[in-house]
Amino acid sequence: MYPEDLRYTKNHEWARVESDGTGVVGITHFAQDELGDIVFVDLPSVGTDLDQSAKFGEIESVKTVSDLFMPIAGKVIEVNNQLRQQPELVNRDPYGSGWLVKVEIADPSRAATLLTAEQYQRTLPGR
Amino acid sequence: MAVRHTLRSPLHERHVALGARIVAFAGWDISLQYSGIIAEHLAVRRAWGVFDVSHMGRLAVEGKGAAALLDSLMTVDIAGLEVGQARYGFICMSDGGILDDVVTLRRDDTSFLVICNASNRAAVIPHLHQHLPSVNPPRIEDLTPSTVMLAAQGPEALEKVNDLFGSVPALRRFRGAPVSWLGDAVLVTRTGYTGEDGYELIAGAATGKLLWEHLMKAGATPCGLGSRDTLRLEAGLPLHGQDIDTTTNPIEAGLDRFVQKGEREFAGKWALERVARNGPVRRLIGYKTSGRSAVPRHGQAIIQGERQVGTVTSGNYSPSLEVGIGLGYVLPEVTRPGDSLHVDVRGRLVEVEVSSLPFYRRS
Repeated sequence: MYPEDLRYTKNHEWARVESDGTGVVGITHFAQDELGDIVFVDLPSVGTDLDQSAKFGEIESVKTVSDLFMPIAGKVIEVNNQLRQQPELVNRDPYGSGWLVKVEIADPSRAATLLTAEQYQRTLPGR
Repeated sequence: MAVRHTLRSPLHERHVALGARIVAFAGWDISLQYSGIIAEHLAVRRAWGVFDVSHMGRLAVEGKGAAALLDSLMTVDIAGLEVGQARYGFICMSDGGILDDVVTLRRDDTSFLVICNASNRAAVIPHLHQHLPSVNPPRIEDLTPSTVMLAAQGPEALEKVNDLFGSVPALRRFRGAPVSWLGDAVLVTRTGYTGEDGYELIAGAATGKLLWEHLMKAGATPCGLGSRDTLRLEAGLPLHGQDIDTTTNPIEAGLDRFVQKGEREFAGKWALERVARNGPVRRLIGYKTSGRSAVPRHGQAIIQGERQVGTVTSGNYSPSLEVGIGLGYVLPEVTRPGDSLHVDVRGRLVEVEVSSLPFYRRS
């Protein structure tokens, strides 16, 4: 439920750092489960520069709306347009086809400040 | 020892065992969802689902003066109900504001059952008591804590419940009858709040628990408050506390068909006649977004051109239509189906069009 090759934040976002200095960002299994059925995702435009922890969008479920915060600073190079017609991909496959944005990471060394899968799981309430 | 301040259905442990997410609503712990709001919603539209609605108020009003009391307080004719007939209507204040929307069933010559909203039970009971006549005052008994109420809704619901009970008298809509089951009686009414056909079932707590188990075994999808809200909104049905309340009247809410015309006196009649005569100052309309977008929500401003013309009262996602739908009060001239408006959704304008109700109709 929490892949080891990703890095995480306390706000339930994940980031995958690729070898070419780009990163993929999404929300975790815990987050999609808490939100329930996702019905709309509001994502930034390609080209937007975002600081770490900056709000980059909103994710809406039937019952709630949550802000999305960047796990790592970067410039948006691609957004997941499939989510326009199929927002439920975030529920079904939060680490794969439910990805949110791809960025050119400003400082890849900052990824080390994020939580590992194990550290992130320890922040979750016991079920 | 730990004191809990919320009420719970006798079925609470069953819901927890099914993995329900529990939320607090109207002083009760209630299932929000089991498998997911959209899945539950679609199960009710396509097959059948069962809701535990035990939180709803169930008030017995009995005695020679029962019909007269209820008749004096309801916007619809209660005394004229046949045995086994139910009717939806409003309990209004003298200014025409809606204290609650209720369904009243006549059980026999002198016995009625009033089903009210959970959030208003504590207001409706004193309201009834305050209007008791000194001659032949009826008895008012709150059956809520000792009974269970389930709603079985969907195109397969009638058949599945009929199968379970072995034999149910053929009921027209808004009719009810007691059915014998496992040595006890279950009150079955062909009523609901989803826009689908189905039954609501009332039984004592012990029988109610058995009934839930049997319905689950028969393949019902357990459904919670989340899907109850998306279903009723698709059906264009108002929710007291959101779309109607003591500051709104049935005329402006477009529900004047539930205000009886004629000679009968009832609380709020004069105020409502005045509103009908002068025309309401605002109207409740339905609207929907054109596609996938942020969903307009309760309290958000409805905009036309440069000005705010209204406010959203209920807004949600429609799983059947895959758009945002909702209700809101707007200035009376802004009400033609097809009219284009915007809603200010957290600082962004989302385009919507006025829609006739219901949003979803069974074919």
